[in-house]
Amino acid sequence: MSAVADTHSQEHHHGPAKGFSRWLLTTNHKDIGTMYLIFSFTMFLLGGSMAMVIRAELFQPGLQIVQPEFFNQMTTMHGLIMVFGAVMPAFVGLANWMIPLMIGAPDMALPRMNNWSFWLLPCAFLILVSTLFMQGGGPNFGWTFYAPLSTTYGPPSTTFFIFAIHIMGVSSIMGAINVIATILNLRAPGMTLMKMPLFVWTWLITAFLLIAVMPVLAGVVTMMLMDINFGTSFFDASGGGDPVLFQHVFWFFGHPEVYIMILPAFGAISHIVPTFSRKRLFGYASMVYAVGAIALLSFVVWAHHMFTVGIPLTGQLFFMYATMLIAVPTGVKVFNWVSTMFRGSLTFETPMLFAVAFIILFTIGGFSGLMLAIAPADFQYHDTYFVVAHFHYVLVPGAIFGIFASAYYWLPKWTGHMYDETLGKTHFWLSFIGMNLAFFPMHFLGLAGMPRRIPDYALQFADFNMVSSIGAFMFGATQLLFLFIVVKCVKGGEKAPAKPWEGAEGLEWTVPSPAPYHTFSTPPEVK
Amino acid sequence: MAQEQSYYVPDQSKWPIVATVGLGVTLYGVASIMVNGKQGESTTGSWVMFLIGALIMAYMLFGWFGSVIRESRAGLYSDQMDRSFRWGMSWFIFSEVMFFAAFFGALFYVRVFVVPWLGGEGDKGSSNMLWEGFQAGWPLVNNPNPEAYPGPNEVIGPWGLPLINTILLVTSSFTVTVAHHALKAGNRQKVKLWLGATIILALVFLTLQIQEYVHAYQDLDLTLQSGIYGSTFFMLTGFHGAHVLLGSLMLIIMFLRIQKGHFTADSHFGFEASAWYWHFVDVVWLGLFVFVYII
Amino acid sequence: MRVQTKGALPIVAVAGLTTPAVTLADWTMNMSPGVTDSSNEIFSLHMTILWICVAIGVVVFGVMFWSIIAHRKSKGHKPANFHENTVVEILWTIIPLGILVAMAIPATATLIDMYDTTEADIDIKVTGYQWRWQYEYIDEEFGFFSSLSTPRDQIENRQAKGENYLLEVDKPMKVPVDKKVRLLLTANDVIHSWWVPALGIKKDAIPGFINEVWIQVNEPGTYRGQCTELCGKDHGFMPVVVEALPEEEYNTWLAEQREAAQLERELTQKDWTMDELMERGESVYASACVSCHQSDGSGSPPAFPALRGSAIVTEDMEAHIDIVVNGVSGTAMQAFGNQLSEVDLAAVITYERNAWGNNTDEMVTPKEIMEYMSE
Repeated sequence: MSAVADTHSQEHHHGPAKGFSRWLLTTNHKDIGTMYLIFSFTMFLLGGSMAMVIRAELFQPGLQIVQPEFFNQMTTMHGLIMVFGAVMPAFVGLANWMIPLMIGAPDMALPRMNNWSFWLLPCAFLILVSTLFMQGGGPNFGWTFYAPLSTTYGPPSTTFFIFAIHIMGVSSIMGAINVIATILNLRAPGMTLMKMPLFVWTWLITAFLLIAVMPVLAGVVTMMLMDINFGTSFFDASGGGDPVLFQHVFWFFGHPEVYIMILPAFGAISHIVPTFSRKRLFGYASMVYAVGAIALLSFVVWAHHMFTVGIPLTGQLFFMYATMLIAVPTGVKVFNWVSTMFRGSLTFETPMLFAVAFIILFTIGGFSGLMLAIAPADFQYHDTYFVVAHFHYVLVPGAIFGIFASAYYWLPKWTGHMYDETLGKTHFWLSFIGMNLAFFPMHFLGLAGMPRRIPDYALQFADFNMVSSIGAFMFGATQLLFLFIVVKCVKGGEKAPAKPWEGAEGLEWTVPSPAPYHTFSTPPEVK
Repeated sequence: MAQEQSYYVPDQSKWPIVATVGLGVTLYGVASIMVNGKQGESTTGSWVMFLIGALIMAYMLFGWFGSVIRESRAGLYSDQMDRSFRWGMSWFIFSEVMFFAAFFGALFYVRVFVVPWLGGEGDKGSSNMLWEGFQAGWPLVNNPNPEAYPGPNEVIGPWGLPLINTILLVTSSFTVTVAHHALKAGNRQKVKLWLGATIILALVFLTLQIQEYVHAYQDLDLTLQSGIYGSTFFMLTGFHGAHVLLGSLMLIIMFLRIQKGHFTADSHFGFEASAWYWHFVDVVWLGLFVFVYII
Repeated sequence: MRVQTKGALPIVAVAGLTTPAVTLADWTMNMSPGVTDSSNEIFSLHMTILWICVAIGVVVFGVMFWSIIAHRKSKGHKPANFHENTVVEILWTIIPLGILVAMAIPATATLIDMYDTTEADIDIKVTGYQWRWQYEYIDEEFGFFSSLSTPRDQIENRQAKGENYLLEVDKPMKVPVDKKVRLLLTANDVIHSWWVPALGIKKDAIPGFINEVWIQVNEPGTYRGQCTELCGKDHGFMPVVVEALPEEEYNTWLAEQREAAQLERELTQKDWTMDELMERGESVYASACVSCHQSDGSGSPPAFPALRGSAIVTEDMEAHIDIVVNGVSGTAMQAFGNQLSEVDLAAVITYERNAWGNNTDEMVTPKEIMEYMSE
């Protein structure tokens, strides 16, 4: 270790170091981005396998494959892994790779802290997944871990689950601080805020949400920890507490969290649609204001997850109105994307296929969200498969397709090769069909009366459950094709130019493909 | 074209992975202590694990901050880098504010809604039928189920130790500001004096808080298990105390750095960051004083 | 009040969405209007917002599909230049806002109505347990548990599944039609949620708190629902069944229940024989104990200990009674002293001590249990 600094002067840039230790010791945003993306996909496959267990059990009525206790662990871990291990890290990976390139910065603002943010994730998930093998089993109380099921009645491993969440929180908060400092401080001269690419804008706002709400999550799991281990009564009426207190604090985190999981996708789609429409994004300014409005509103709608807990009428009405209001800026964004396509000059390479599917299917998820916002109607929807359908529509063709679209869009920049377009399109169509088969019937199941988080169901739900399971198996298997496509692209393929997409704009397309290890050591001048 | 210093990007570093291992081992150790303890099993191994983790973390803190200090003093940091640190520290403090907000929020919800409901008032007042004889009030000394959660005999009034502690902390915010101005003026003796005073005030605060906790536990029967009053009281004051401890450590390190000749009148961000943190700790205390002790 | 969907829409393709659930068997796609005024109002709100969303979707996706077809580069279409239009943007902000306000008005009215639990004719306290419901008719001084009655054999695929698989109970809750019934919901352990789709209400059952809802059923019939808040391993196995009866039949049933409760209170005093206790105990066991300790007493250790061959069950009578009556804190073993009558407690303990080869020949009487519990 050098006496002065972690290394000698940065004037002579080497390429990356050799060997395994490169990845442990790196401070390079491209390396770290790559690690986040690989970690995220691994978690996606792990969480997906758990979904396969769930759908296998739900293939037919009756208990065939797993016992209810284990089923509850699968539903819980599927949710936790997908939310915290797949979707969030994927977006952070995209942020790491692309933000410095898009704003003309040499790296993130605090590169060492950046690497710490990444490596905390494998650590946290090692602890989380290890709970499955502890006595009493892993977390079995849903990814929303309501008290007192998770406190008084939880397995011994719950304490470890709580600390795993703490570690993830530290990772996210530091990552978000890094993103904000980078965006506010390291933009190339001439790049005012209103000239920033939309992906950068959405990440700036997402980072703000993360810093504001992850500490609240830390607060609620700490209260849980105290109730479990130190005899406090935050969530116990015997001592003057309230189980619903848990839900208020959790969802104060939980609602902004779901926007954290979608805003970066909004940003990426706002790049991809203009590129393949060969037309500027419609309404840049209103897109920025819309994201800001969504983020602000996201802080005052949390109790729409709690319409059946019995909050007083005034509260119920307020949260219903505020929730319905979010439809307005969200709608504005959808109209803007469609207006970008309208009278453009469209081609449908794989990124655009995923982007178009995103717009349609995320909007359908948004519609079911609007239905859920109507509080009295929600009495019939809440905790049924209608909700499961809603959030899978906004998360799968929403966040996940947004991530796929981004991956295909930027793979040439990352690897220097074009991916196999035929295989990409195949991955798209199989995912599209599988996903809709899996989740569209869930709307009907919920409306017909099927509750969530049950391992077995009444006979009238059998047919749609079977269809859903088949779709899920199809969707799951298809993701192995994506793995193949990515590996194939990394190893070789048609050489990609600096700007492989005719309609693309932005600083990232001015550097060669693959992007050199160090870029923009001298910031460019932006007009 | 102005030749601005380029933005420093460190090449490779072991500190992130050391920190990961350290934090993982520490927290896994803490979890093990709790789980094994609760099940009546031996916690020795867990304590060892925790201590090893804590040592790794201490090693990491010295090493990582040490690198940053060395790089800074070697002139590697541009003004832009300085701004990155300022943004970073500001947003970090914001995240800490939100952490406390969760607990203040819990206190608000319990006092305004939960306890009155359990006592029979308001929209969910019918809940009182489950808790015969329970009367709402704050501080809550008689819980709905006194067998499960025997309430405290007494609570801590605001005008004794808490008032002294308020005076100590507010004064310490003042003293650290004087120290800062002295640093900007280049008067190093004055800095040491006023920073030293700040640290002493901080340590006295901590001592008095510990004393108050001992008094609560031993004499007043006011514990974490005393029901929701005890729960919120100790969570808020406890986490505040932990942050005072952290802040004190930061101030002590700044003091040692001043001794070693670090910092100039124009460049002393480490000091400023510590001072900001100290003011944050003070503001949280004022919130506590009003909403936990007085009202 | 039923709101008819607006007239001249092409109904063929959308028939599935407007037809109430009951006529479409297994491919049920929609909720049913239900049998209360509230459920019907909710159905209207649901259909209205659904059609609004469909309409918006048709327009927005229509524009998009049009572009996909007509504005392709391969067709030679050149890209236009526009990228903003203030008037249009203001319009498509204001108009959706207006639609939302219009939706919020009937939704508010329905919600206010549903929150008004005053002036009820009957009060029933509903308590969620892991994993069954308890109904206490608090004005009438009787109550009972309502547990899943689907046989384990059906769940484990050894027997064909019945028509009301997983939606049937041993003792349904009964209410009179056309009377306002107030339900006082709470829970014994974790959060549960009480839901019957046909009645249009769902409310969480929260330990330590009471949630009030009201129902007024317009049509006699049997209505089935389920617990809708994850509450542990048998969350999917604690259905809700409500039977709405014409007033006379309800009153008859009420009288029967009052009498039975009185009889039960007297039964505690009578002298029970071993055979009587065993018979009673077996049915108590099947309803309250079997899901954790299994029908053959083998349990699922370590979480659910075996009762067959257990030292406590075959030797330590005092400990056995203590565990059944007071539960074991920190575990899933509940305090059945609060849930079962002295007769049932005595019966089930006697049964456990003699079933599956345990054969202690010991019995406990309801009087002994009563004495034990009064200490």
